[in-house]
Order: sequence, then structure tokens, then C-alpha cells
Amino acid sequence: MNNYETVFILTPVLSDAQMKEAVEKFKKLLTDEGATIVNEENWGLRKLAYPIEKKSTGFYTLLEYQAEPSVINKLEINFRRDERVIRFLTIKQDKFSLEYAEKRRSRKSQKQDAPRFTSKKDAEAVKPEVDAEQVTSNVESEVKED
Amino acid sequence: MAKQSEIRYLTPLSVDVKKKKYCRFKKSGIRYIDYKDPEFLKKFLNEQGKILPRRITGTSLKFQRRIAQAVKRSRHLALLPYVTDLMK
Repeated sequence: MNNYETVFILTPVLSDAQMKEAVEKFKKLLTDEGATIVNEENWGLRKLAYPIEKKSTGFYTLLEYQAEPSVINKLEINFRRDERVIRFLTIKQDKFSLEYAEKRRSRKSQKQDAPRFTSKKDAEAVKPEVDAEQVTSNVESEVKED
Repeated sequence: MAKQSEIRYLTPLSVDVKKKKYCRFKKSGIRYIDYKDPEFLKKFLNEQGKILPRRITGTSLKFQRRIAQAVKRSRHLALLPYVTDLMK
């Protein structure tokens, strides 16, 4: 069993219910294959940094789960076959990202009512172990020097 | 010795003391760079969305590799652009 995390983007033409249904489909696929879902995050409709399939927005979903490596192949085949999925990325969590993911989860459960990325402050709060303000000013000063 | 002190400047000499660059990840103990956080990764990109070199940011080689990996993942998920103008 390995730990994996998958982010996938669904097309924005879906209604809320259709979107939920698609997410459920992939979750069911995972659990049917014997995977245990550790975390699920719905980032909602986000703007894409560049158009994909002529669409400029998409529903982002993050899934974290424990599964056998063979499950990934099946999952990705399903992603490719499903027209609703416009982009996906699966990574295996190593010990550092696992540690980070746990921290992120605990931080999220602390302030459950605040959805992610609604404001810049929120996005920055997810940063690991460091004072965000300080880092920003550091980089800026370094870049200016050159 | 006496001659040296005769030279006077109107403004104090600006001796640039170069501040030593350091790897912020080593310093602050970050061990994993998250590709899901584009706001953070933007600090390592220039205006066009290109990854800044190590000689400018001072990042250590180990973490430069991880930044590059995270930025590329982030681009794939359209959290960061591949090419752009005036990102900041």
C-alpha cells in the first residue's frame, strides 16, 4: 500500500450535482479497488491559468488515498475515458509530502468553515512551517540586489 | 599615515557589503514544496512565468530541483501559466 494524491479538473459546463456525481464516481472506483480515502478536498470552480479545451475555468478536486500501485493505472484509464475530466495529476506521497499533507489536513479541520483560496490570506495560511510575510520580503530584497 | 587622513570625501564612501544569499528552505526548515500552492511558487518565477535561477534566489541545489518539480506540476494543473506577461 502506498499513499497517493490526485488532483483532477472537471469541465465547468457541469451543474453542481453533476460535478458531485462525477467525484463520487471516482471515489467509488477507488474504494471498489480496495483503496481507503484519507482526504477529499473540493476547491470549487477556479480560474485556469491558461485555457484547456477552450475552457477558462474548472472544478478542482483533491483526493488523498492509500492504494495498491495497480489501482493507479485503472484510475488513470478512467480519467482519460471520461470526457468530464479535462486534466488530472497523480503523485505518490513520499515521507515529506505525507508529513506536509497531515499538517495541511489538521490546519484545515481547525477552520473548517473557511474554504480554501477564497482570499489570498487563506492561501497563504496553508504554507508550511514558515512565516509567509517574511519569505516574501526576503525574495524581493534578493531579487532587487541583482 | 598622516597623508591618508588628509583625503576627505563630501559624502561617506559607499562600500557595498554584499549580503550573503542563503537557502530559505534550509533556513526555515521547509522540507516539502507543495505544487498546490501557486501563490508560494510565484516567488520563484519571473514576470514571464519562468523559473528563476539559483544564482538569484540563493536556493540550494536540492531545493531548486524540488521547486522546479513543483512548478512543473503546478503548470500542468493550470495553477500556474506556462507562458505569460506581467504576472506580478
